Parts: sequence; C-alpha cells; structure tokens
Amino acid sequence: MSADSEFDATDYIQHHLTNLRLDLTEGTIDSSATGFWTLHLDTVIMSFGLGALFCYVFWLAARRATPGVPGGLQNFVEAIIEFIEKTVKETFHAKSRVIAPLALTIFCWVFLSNLMDLVPIDMVPSIMTAVGVPYWKVLPSVDLNFTFGLSLSVFALIIIYSLMGKGAGGFIKEFLTHPFGIWLLPFNLVLNFVELIAKPISLSLRLFGNLYAAELIFILISLLPWWIQWVLGTPWAIFHILVVPLQAFIFMMLTVVYLAMAYENH
Amino acid sequence: MNFGATFWGPMISFALFVWFTMKFVWPPIQQALADRQKQIADGLAAGERGKQELDKAQSEVEAMLKDAREQASQIINQANKRQQEMIEEARAEARSEADRILAAAREEIDQEIQRAREDLRKEVSSVAIQASSRILKREVDAKAHKDLIDDLATQL
Repeated sequence: MSADSEFDATDYIQHHLTNLRLDLTEGTIDSSATGFWTLHLDTVIMSFGLGALFCYVFWLAARRATPGVPGGLQNFVEAIIEFIEKTVKETFHAKSRVIAPLALTIFCWVFLSNLMDLVPIDMVPSIMTAVGVPYWKVLPSVDLNFTFGLSLSVFALIIIYSLMGKGAGGFIKEFLTHPFGIWLLPFNLVLNFVELIAKPISLSLRLFGNLYAAELIFILISLLPWWIQWVLGTPWAIFHILVVPLQAFIFMMLTVVYLAMAYENH
Repeated sequence: MNFGATFWGPMISFALFVWFTMKFVWPPIQQALADRQKQIADGLAAGERGKQELDKAQSEVEAMLKDAREQASQIINQANKRQQEMIEEARAEARSEADRILAAAREEIDQEIQRAREDLRKEVSSVAIQASSRILKREVDAKAHKDLIDDLATQL
C-alpha cells in the first residue's frame, strides 16, 4: 500500500482482483479483455507451478523411499499418504488404483493453492510490477477457472465412474427411476439432473467463495493504516491456518464421496 | 471474475498431476510402507522366537545347575564318608599297632622274668650248695648232687 495522496482504494482493490489476461483471439496481453477466449496467465502458471512443486516434493520422497528408518521428508510424505489412504478407504469401499492418488493430488494441490492466501498480499504484485508485469494474482483458488477446472474434472470422473460401476444401462435406469420409481419418471429425471449438476458447481463455488472472501478481507485490512493492520490481520491469518487445509480437505472428501456414490449401487 | 478458456489449464494440469502421482508417487511409498510393515512383523516374530529360545535356555541352565548341585553334594557326601572311613582305618591300625607293641613288650617282660627266674634259680642253687656245704662242713660234690640241686631249683 502506498502513501500516495491520490491513492484510490477502489483502484487498489480492483488491481488486486484482476488477473493477468492473455487475449487468445488477438494474442495480446490485455487485462481488460473479456469473453471466453481469454487466458488468465497468472492462474495457469501459479496453479501449474504449485502442482509441480507438490509432484516434485512427493517424487523426491518416493524415489528415495526406504522400508527402513524413514527420514524427515519421507516421514512427512508418509504421514500425508497414510492419512489420505485411511480417509479414502473409509469412504470408497471398492478397489481402485486411481481414487487414492487422485485424492492425494486434490488435497495437496488445493492446499498449496489456498496457502497462497497467506502470502502478504502486496508482496507478489509489487515484485511483478517492478519487473514489468502489470497484474499478478498469486492465489489460484480465487479464480473460478481454477476451481471449475478441478470440479469439471471431478464431474467427468463422476460420469466415468457411474458408467464403470453400474454400466450404461444401469446408469440410465437409475437416472430415470431412482428416487420415485418408473411412474414419476419426469420428476426423477429433473431431480437427478439437478443433483448431478449441483455437484461440480457446489464443489467449485464453495472453494472459490471461501477463498475469495478471505482474500477480500485481507485486501480490506491492508487498506487500514499500517500500525493497526496487525490487530485484524493477525487473527484473520491465524483463522486461515484452519480454513486453508479445511477447504482442501472438504474438496478432497466430497470428491471421494461423489465418486463412491457414483460407483456403488444404492 | 470472468469464466473462460483458462479452466482448460488447471484441467490439463490436474490430469497430468494425477497421472504422475499414480505412477511415480503412490506406488513406491505404498511399497515402502508395506515392506516396513513386513519388516516390523518379522522383527516382532524374531523377537518372540528369541524370547522363547531364551526361556528354553534358561530352563536348561536351571536343570544343569540342579544336576551340578546334586553332583556336588554327592561328591561332598562321598568325601565325608571316605574321611570317616580313613579315620576309622587309621584308628584300627593304630589300635592293632598298639596291641602288637603291647604284646611284644609283654613277651619281653615275660622273657625278662624267665631269665631273672633262671638267674635266681642258679643263684639259689649255688647259695644252697654253699650253705649246705658249710653246714656239712665239707665239700659237696656238686656233680654228685646235681639232681638233688636241680630238683631244688625247680621248686624255687
């Protein structure tokens, strides 16, 4: 936050909420671009970087994994993996090679993305402005594209697992007859459709909403005079130490629950 | 806030990361965990076996100790008995030796007495001859009266 007398709070907030956009139709970087064919470069780069970081750290541990006395990193990774495995086993009862690694990826990736919420909000944008990049949102979870990217993948998996678990016929039959029986087919159809569509939407909007609100409050706190910021900023940050893993866990848990529901017969 | 083509980025990344985790992260760690579980189980089993063997060895040691103790006390008993016997033997030997010495002494004394008696007899006979010759005022023919004198001597 600058001490500029012409400082405009609205601009400041706007700046923090704007992505670095690449207009795909014209191939130019233009953060005022709208429409479908714009690419949020910061979201893509940050999310890929954080996911790659997760993969790298876990790969380092996995490569040197020994059955003997585990080192610090291996201990850490094993603790997370055992936690995920336990959670998945309690929910998804069928055997699957995909679900547990999927849950691990979601948990760690979303966790790291959410963790960016705790990076001082002016730090990265100031650095990027200094090197000539006008906008940089460091928190991928505050981009609907990121949360929908995840939840639409989960949605595709729900469909795939439904077909795998019940077969195409079983899936359609359940879709048409499930809660009320064959005679109330239109109601079943509407209900199941809404239920199916609600899953990815609620998944992504929950994550987005929580983190967006958090980020906005951090921005508002940073508008206060510097000597008072800690009074609100510290409790809010401490609160987010809880929110960050919790949202990651909820996203992972619901994914596993949805896939279990899709795969297993009622 | 606008929703657009960006979502393909995280979607593709997501698929990539899940594939990577499935392929390179999950299996080695699970393998290590399973191996460790087995190692620990083996270690515990080995420990249990070791404990059983120790118990067995301890009971063997106990039995051996008991044996040794019995043998020792047996040996001590034998030694005691032998000692008693030796003392007995020595005592018997000493007694017989003493008897023997006593007997020899007694015999010697008897011989001494015999000799003394003989001497005395000779003395007496000579005294008797002298006395009788003095009484008879004449020389007694010792030769002539030898029988008489001998007879007298045996009577003494």
